Amino acid sequence: MTEVRVLSASGQIGSGFLESSLERGIALKPHVIACDGGSTDAGPAHLGSGKPHFSREGTKRDLRLMLCGGVKLGVPVIVGSCGFGGGDAGVDWMRDIALEIAREEGLSFNLALVRSEQDKGYLKRRYREGRITPLNPAPPISEEVIDRSAHIVGMMGHEPIAAAIDKGAQVVLAGRASDTALFSTVPLMMGAGAGPAWHAAKILECGTACVVQRKRPDSIMAWIREDHFDVEPMDMDVRCSAQSVASHTLYENADPFLITEPDGTLDSHGARYEALNDRAVRVYGSQFRKAERVTIKLEGAEMAGYQAIIIGGVREPFIIRQLDSWLDAMREKFRARVQEMFGGRVGPDDYDIHVRVYGRDGVMGKLEPETNIGHEIALLFTITTPEEATTDAIAKTFAHFALHYPIPEWRGLISGIAFPMAPSHVNRGPVYRFNLNHIVTPEDPLEMFRTEFLEV
Amino acid sequence: MTTLGDLARLIRSKNAGPFTLTFDVMFDDDATYQRVLKSRVLTKARFAQMYKVLEEDVLFFEHDAAKAIKISIPRPYPQGAREDGDAYGGQQHAPLVALEMPDERADEAGSC
Repeated sequence: MTEVRVLSASGQIGSGFLESSLERGIALKPHVIACDGGSTDAGPAHLGSGKPHFSREGTKRDLRLMLCGGVKLGVPVIVGSCGFGGGDAGVDWMRDIALEIAREEGLSFNLALVRSEQDKGYLKRRYREGRITPLNPAPPISEEVIDRSAHIVGMMGHEPIAAAIDKGAQVVLAGRASDTALFSTVPLMMGAGAGPAWHAAKILECGTACVVQRKRPDSIMAWIREDHFDVEPMDMDVRCSAQSVASHTLYENADPFLITEPDGTLDSHGARYEALNDRAVRVYGSQFRKAERVTIKLEGAEMAGYQAIIIGGVREPFIIRQLDSWLDAMREKFRARVQEMFGGRVGPDDYDIHVRVYGRDGVMGKLEPETNIGHEIALLFTITTPEEATTDAIAKTFAHFALHYPIPEWRGLISGIAFPMAPSHVNRGPVYRFNLNHIVTPEDPLEMFRTEFLEV
Repeated sequence: MTTLGDLARLIRSKNAGPFTLTFDVMFDDDATYQRVLKSRVLTKARFAQMYKVLEEDVLFFEHDAAKAIKISIPRPYPQGAREDGDAYGGQQHAPLVALEMPDERADEAGSC
């Protein structure tokens, strides 16, 4: 009977795990150690800028323990969506960390870098061929959208990772990859059932997110066989229940029963969850329906300008009772100041001042059902323009302009905003927006990904 | 007055990708899960009205193994957009916590 043991180090490399938990997993002789390294979850900045989300120190600590364990056992180590956004910069960042660890620990291994950043010419060709289609919902696409993207990645399935391991890779550092593919690749290569392999992978990819009471990010293991899998957290103080494992298919998915992967769909409608003991759960009945064609999801980020923020509080009841008209009027009147400052070079459409009101609807915006407003509120202004120097100039000037903007009740100069910091504005550099939620139908599942081998 | 928040094990919202928002309402036991389903406090139509979306854009699931109700909608603003104030989508479930449940006796009377 086939049994493939898969050790998930944690939900995200760099977020940590207990060394004792990973050690326990390694003692159980996994056939692969894997960890996800990225997401769109934290917003478009990571893909757009290429900068990682987690610290280098935290990432290096986690990767060191994974590499040492994998080399000792002689099994593959797989890290996906390197650097969080999964662009080429993220793969390079993770490669440098891996090389540094190898030098420090005296490790040697065959390293594969599987890149998923997309060539714009390739994408425009596929777009013209009608082979890029929107998911629902999706922003509009055009060749201009592709051209103005800072970075576009394709989300690889298990195929490019399996190809790298087939060619002898012991460590695979992948660009943007389906989180589940990192954990399903080796079970699929070794002949485990596709339904259990993909379902187990979905449970493993978030580390201990599927336990009853999560204490911290930590390691978890699955035993994947032909028609079922078992899952158990590696910290003996943490447990899974049938319900906690079943619940995990809900997490971050629009549909809890159907989860789409590049080469098919995991269908867990028929899944049955049974407690093996008070810490481990067995899952039967998951199906994987192979798609006719492989589809690769695209994620893109484009620059939305340079941004500064201003944080301020208001306690004055006369201002709070006319808050919207006060905020609208000050921005309206500010247009003339911008006109005179820049001598007409910066027009009203060349900058954006947005304000969010905490204490009223700062969190939910138009969906907020409560109409109450508190005795004090916080204002978060965002100032965005296409040029860094313009943003800085407008933010500085606007903070002062807003501070003293009058209300009819008072005669004389007022200071209507309490700034908690000086200077009152903070430049936060370039900001990005997601601009794609589309799929490509390639000729074959490898053509969008580039693999490079290094002897370490 | 009992609220949905009093009955649930966990009510949460979260991104399902940058363009979709998903809500999980999870219960400890089958009786409570069934009570809430039967009460019709949370339905596709009610949710569409609360979150100002078309009913046809609401995905609504009953997940018996997880003892959970799950709802997904297009994100009100794409994640990271100028108007978006919740990058992870983690605080959009708040109005569900305060949803008022009919009391159990009224429930039983209604079903007679």
